[in-house]
Amino acid sequence: MKKKNGALSKLYVILVLFLTYLPVFVVVLYSFNNSKYGNWEGFSFTWYDKLFQNRQIWRSLKNTLILAFSSCFLSILIGTAGAVGMAKSRFRTMNLLENVSMIPMMLPEIILGMAYLAFFSILKIPFGMLTLIIAHTTFCVPYIYINVQSRLVGLDPSFVEAARDLGASPTRAFIDVTLPLIAPAVLSGALLALAMSMDDVVISFFVTGTTSNTLPLQVYSMLKMGVTPEVNALCTLILLVVFGCIGLYYLFMSLYRRRAEKQ
Amino acid sequence: MTAVPETKKTERRISPAVIPMYIVTVLFVALPMVYVIGITFLMKDEVFGITNQVTLKNYADLFSAVNLKVFADSFVVAISTTVLTLLIGYPFAYFTARFSQKTRSFIILLIMAPFWINSLLRLNGWIILLKANGAINEGLLALGIISEPLKILYNNGAMMLGMVYALLPFMITSIYNSVEKMDWTLIEAARDLGSKPFSAFLRVTLPLTMPGVVAGCVLVFVPSMGLFFISDLLGGSKVLLLGNLIKNEFYQARNWPMGATLSIAMLAFTFVFIIIYKKVTDDKTAGGLK
Amino acid sequence: MDDMILQLKDLHKSFDNVKVLKGITLDVKAGRFLTLLGPSGCGKTTTLRLIAGLDTPDSGSILIGGKDMKGLPPEKRPVNTVFQNYALFPHMNVQKNIAYSLVLRHTDKEEALKKVNELLSIVQLEGYNKRMPAQLSGGQRQRVAIARALACDPQILLLDEPLGALDLQLRRQMQVELKALQKKLGITFIYITHDQEEALNMSDRIAVMNDGCIEQFGSPENIYEHPTTRFAAQFIGQSNIIEGDVVEKVAGGVRVQICENNTIIVKGEYEIGEHLALSVRAERIDYADKADFGFALNGTIKMHSYIGGVLRTTITLQNGQEVLITGANPVSRYPAGCAVQVFWDPAVAAVVERGQGK
Repeated sequence: MKKKNGALSKLYVILVLFLTYLPVFVVVLYSFNNSKYGNWEGFSFTWYDKLFQNRQIWRSLKNTLILAFSSCFLSILIGTAGAVGMAKSRFRTMNLLENVSMIPMMLPEIILGMAYLAFFSILKIPFGMLTLIIAHTTFCVPYIYINVQSRLVGLDPSFVEAARDLGASPTRAFIDVTLPLIAPAVLSGALLALAMSMDDVVISFFVTGTTSNTLPLQVYSMLKMGVTPEVNALCTLILLVVFGCIGLYYLFMSLYRRRAEKQ
Repeated sequence: MTAVPETKKTERRISPAVIPMYIVTVLFVALPMVYVIGITFLMKDEVFGITNQVTLKNYADLFSAVNLKVFADSFVVAISTTVLTLLIGYPFAYFTARFSQKTRSFIILLIMAPFWINSLLRLNGWIILLKANGAINEGLLALGIISEPLKILYNNGAMMLGMVYALLPFMITSIYNSVEKMDWTLIEAARDLGSKPFSAFLRVTLPLTMPGVVAGCVLVFVPSMGLFFISDLLGGSKVLLLGNLIKNEFYQARNWPMGATLSIAMLAFTFVFIIIYKKVTDDKTAGGLK
Repeated sequence: MDDMILQLKDLHKSFDNVKVLKGITLDVKAGRFLTLLGPSGCGKTTTLRLIAGLDTPDSGSILIGGKDMKGLPPEKRPVNTVFQNYALFPHMNVQKNIAYSLVLRHTDKEEALKKVNELLSIVQLEGYNKRMPAQLSGGQRQRVAIARALACDPQILLLDEPLGALDLQLRRQMQVELKALQKKLGITFIYITHDQEEALNMSDRIAVMNDGCIEQFGSPENIYEHPTTRFAAQFIGQSNIIEGDVVEKVAGGVRVQICENNTIIVKGEYEIGEHLALSVRAERIDYADKADFGFALNGTIKMHSYIGGVLRTTITLQNGQEVLITGANPVSRYPAGCAVQVFWDPAVAAVVERGQGK
């Protein structure tokens, strides 16, 4: 059996974890800071008040949500259909198509952002929500595709064959058997895509328009101006939402895994 | 009943389900990339935009003193980030894999969770800590260890901290995946055959976890050249990274062809690493992984 | 030919230019328990998949109940399959799994439930309706898979090594149950296995397959006692293959030269100079100081080994060939190293190969 960890190794793990969460705690703490300037001056909700009155932030929040959900939805459709279709297809450009469609996941974001900037301007597509959705959908598709595809590869073909054997048409077998079995992969890919979209600064930075500021971009410009406790308050709220989502995700995954283990 | 045996070597099927992905890939991945490659061969217009004049000047300009310095700087930053994350991440992943199953998955969850939080938010935390009137300086002043605030924000150290901080989870999870899959009896066998712990580590553990190390290095190295906002926010834009340079060419110099050419250069860098990554992850079995 | 439920005519199938089936022709009478027996890779699973419609043959035809199945997808064929790994839908409970084909046929809900319960009682799993496949043991899953495949009364039930994943004891028990089930339902079973004991134990007919061809087709007794090919003789039971050239015709048979001064008698008419290979079952051979079937092969006992129930004796013949003999007596009168004569009743030897002598 493998050796157990000594006190030093345990301490090391705890230290790294502590440093990982230190800045997060600091942000939360300082969002309740009364002072406008860095030093601590006592507890207050002032900045939350200010935040809720900041229309710009509300607008960018709305934009981020619209963007994340619509690009996630589109990429679910495209990525899932793509993975399922690819499993059933055999053509010469298949590998090429697959590799090229994975590029957005591999490339440094800045190159992708820049490529979109150049490409959309030559096509004279006005920068705004449309360009954001196109860009985000494109880089979300690979996350869905890869998840679904690896699930499909691991899927025993005899499930579908059994359904066919029992009288199901190909479409019916897909709906009754394949779809429920790949649903967890679609969902986990979708959550990842959602997170990527809501987190993205670089690509959005290049393809956004004047009226379509997203929340990360808003935070970025606020941070560039210098930290204000208002940003901290915003960050804390985002943290709350994100941890809620992670909680849900892991709850879901562990339920799914428990079911899979029993098989 | 006289069916002729069909020769089905060139059987081709395209499921219509592939079509949307095909269109998106061609239209929004392939075409933009081709276009970017295209404009690297064009001249920049006087004020804004691109002329139709074909030139190789942009590629020649890659080797200007300014650009070479940026390349060198980015490379140094990327390499140092990679080495630092490796040095911090390897022991962490290794120790984590030795915990019980429950603790293990909890630690990995903790390490991955910040990955879901916008990196800007987390960098914000460091800014608060490192500022002239930030938590660390306040603390040290209050304790009387220093008499005036240290300048610990807006320099290379702060930028490196940000880089390592942002990319460490990638390194840890890659290595952890390798260590976790490793057959621990092999180490026992090595110890049994008379290896000292450290030499068993060098000869058995390290080679076995190499795929994870390489994957982690690529996952850290590739983005570290492009994270312009870390340099902006923590480094005070003192070091110009490839990412910053590209951004500036587009937004300040308005020299798109040059920006595109720089991107292509970065792409070339990236591809070398992706190929290494693919090679290593494809023959996982050769690494002795179960 | 009217009572033939299944007819396979010259089926050919290749995957990636590898010939998997090289002309399978087979007629199966309704109500039979037919086993396709052969080593892995012999094409038995492919044959089953062609019948089920999960793959299409490159050439040849499949008739079920006299109807050509060409172009019919699996969902339109009157056969159902019990898959090797059972392929129970992991996201549906036992009841939903079994009722799946009934739902597809828009069977009335109450009627479907009645049918499910009936099937569950047939496979002795009453009350398991709401269990998920993950909560069942291997044997239980197997029963559910059978019940599911029987739900819409197929004309033929195809079973692809259904006992492969079970341990020996459960296997033996399931063999008995399956056979009884088939008797009770009267449905034709096409059963695949690589286990000769299973095949001999359960089948009405066995088709021995090897390398994409059917080597021999017949009743278990027939296959065991009268193998017609070298492969069939060696794959099933323990056979000694003894070869030699015909040298003389005698009453009711021929004399075959095995080695320099040893000959044997083979029943049947063969030409002088022909080369014969015959299979003699290990338990049908005997040895003593003196032979009494009109011929004998001289040999030396190499060793005895008691393998539980039978004593296995290896005897080296004069030409160096080793003959395996099994006897019920746990001790032998002749110790190792002893010179003996080997003989058998010419009626139990089967000619498995004929060719030109050297």
